[in-house]
Amino acid sequence: MLWVELYHYWVFAILLMIGLFGVIAKRNLVKKLVGLSLFQSAVFLFYITMGKVDGGTAPIVGMTDSTDVFSNPLPQVLILTAIVVGISTTALGLSIVVRIKEAYGSIEEDVIHEKDRAE
Amino acid sequence: MNLIEHLPVLQVILPLLSAPFCILMRGHMLAWAIAVVASGAAFAVSLSAASIVADGATLTYAVGGWAAPYGIALEVDAFSALMTMIISGASLLALIAGMASIRQQLPEEKQSLFFAAWLLAMAGLLGISVAADAFNIFVFMEISSLASYVIIAAGPHRKALGAVFKYLAMGTIGATFYLIGVGLIYLMTGTLNLDDIALRVANVSDPHPVLLAAGFITIGLALKAAVFPLHVWMPAAYNYAPHVVSAFIAACATKVSLYVLFRFDFTVFQPNLSGHEFQFGHFMMPLALIGILFGAIVAALAKDLKRLLAWSSVSQIGYIVLGASMTSEAGMTSAIIHMFNHALAKGGGFLIAMGAALYYTTTRFSNLAGLGKEHPWLSGAFVVIGCSLIGVPGTAGFISKWMLVNAALEQGGLGIFIIAVVVFSSLLAVIYVWKVVELFYFEPRPEGASSNAVVVKTPEKLLFMMVVMLVAAANVWFGIFPGEPLALASQAASMLTGGAL
Repeated sequence: MLWVELYHYWVFAILLMIGLFGVIAKRNLVKKLVGLSLFQSAVFLFYITMGKVDGGTAPIVGMTDSTDVFSNPLPQVLILTAIVVGISTTALGLSIVVRIKEAYGSIEEDVIHEKDRAE
Repeated sequence: MNLIEHLPVLQVILPLLSAPFCILMRGHMLAWAIAVVASGAAFAVSLSAASIVADGATLTYAVGGWAAPYGIALEVDAFSALMTMIISGASLLALIAGMASIRQQLPEEKQSLFFAAWLLAMAGLLGISVAADAFNIFVFMEISSLASYVIIAAGPHRKALGAVFKYLAMGTIGATFYLIGVGLIYLMTGTLNLDDIALRVANVSDPHPVLLAAGFITIGLALKAAVFPLHVWMPAAYNYAPHVVSAFIAACATKVSLYVLFRFDFTVFQPNLSGHEFQFGHFMMPLALIGILFGAIVAALAKDLKRLLAWSSVSQIGYIVLGASMTSEAGMTSAIIHMFNHALAKGGGFLIAMGAALYYTTTRFSNLAGLGKEHPWLSGAFVVIGCSLIGVPGTAGFISKWMLVNAALEQGGLGIFIIAVVVFSSLLAVIYVWKVVELFYFEPRPEGASSNAVVVKTPEKLLFMMVVMLVAAANVWFGIFPGEPLALASQAASMLTGGAL
């Protein structure tokens, strides 16, 4: 049952799609950002899962033998950077939403469009 | 001698380290001066790097002394040298010309922060151009994107916020798609260095994940590059950004994403995936052709100068993608030279819009009539730059269109169709440029139209006019003597397509 064994890739794909759906379909700007965060988190899981080896341990010099099985630490390091990027994006997005709320008095896309058209 | 070795890293480090100093400067003039000096230094670095790599050499730099493929490598070849020249040159000229416009559009206490974000955006874009490592490209891409969201959101109109939010959502999706693609490649090859990937992709056990990666990377980067139909974030973002930001971003940001796309696709995927040239060409070409026509038609209907220029960019990006989608050396040369020529024309166009807004408050057509009589030099420069956008012989735009048509002739029957589309869209470009020219020269200044929005000091005006004249002259100069950029472009094209054989 290969597809059951690879369940972590299914989690990645489903989470990715839920996030993308949120960004596209939700009309509330904060909910869009929640979708965007989910979308990015899915990719974090994808990177983590691809570096993991069954029973693998962390390769630390002096604390492990060369006979041990190692997980690949590099994807985790990479995704640490991507997590920082994700947090900055969410923070910046939220601060723009705050300014949109100040300027338009709403964070619903429909209301904002209506006010833009009324100008 | 030692300094030459360090050119690739200096390119990024100079603006990156200058950014914090901008924040520390309370006086906005000092911050502006730092930004100008940093851009100028980056421009000087890119020029000297370009002079070294023009004959096909490559400058490589191992960050921290750790050699590739394990360490982080930076690489400057003809293609990246051309990109760094466009980026740092656009930043330098926009900053020098934009002094008065920045004063008009931004509160004084915010300006030092604005310049810091500007330098970060530039450092990110330069970093993408010199990085030789798929993951570092992602990191630099996010640095430049986050900083450009900030400087675009600085636009005075509240619509800038909505535009930025859309850009942020779509830009993040694009970058994340790219990240998924890189992850899949790493999964199959175990390396992130671009040259190393190109070597190892050939021996992967199963090509399907690599094909999937090619799809993710192509779509993600096309989204960031505003390739039709993924351009929807772009016109609003360019339109509502501060004028000086439009001039800078329009000249280089989308082209850098195209640079990554071409580099990835032509050096990694096309040589190693059978039939990928066909897939890339036949996927991108229809999009490019529709984008060229669609962008030009909407531009011809626009009622605002900045909106017109933004939609014209959709069309012009189509030309770049069209050249690349032929996957031939001639096509690639035309694509790369058009990156340079379009940066000159579109950057210049947005500078003119900035000047118009300086004198007449807005860039709406209803308020711009009669500009030709009151400001003959400014409108004269627009005529030259407009000719370059159309591709009139004797201007830079003609060179790229000529190369594009020559490349299309190699394609046989399909080429005739391509040429027909190019000619038709050039006629559309004549319409939208003529609309502005008619407005400037043949319509009287409307009664009671607002003017002189801001008191422009004489030195500011002199600097602004100097830059506008320089850009207009460059559009003519590189139309008659295209030597240097063309040499770099054909060098880059033969390198990219040479890998594809």
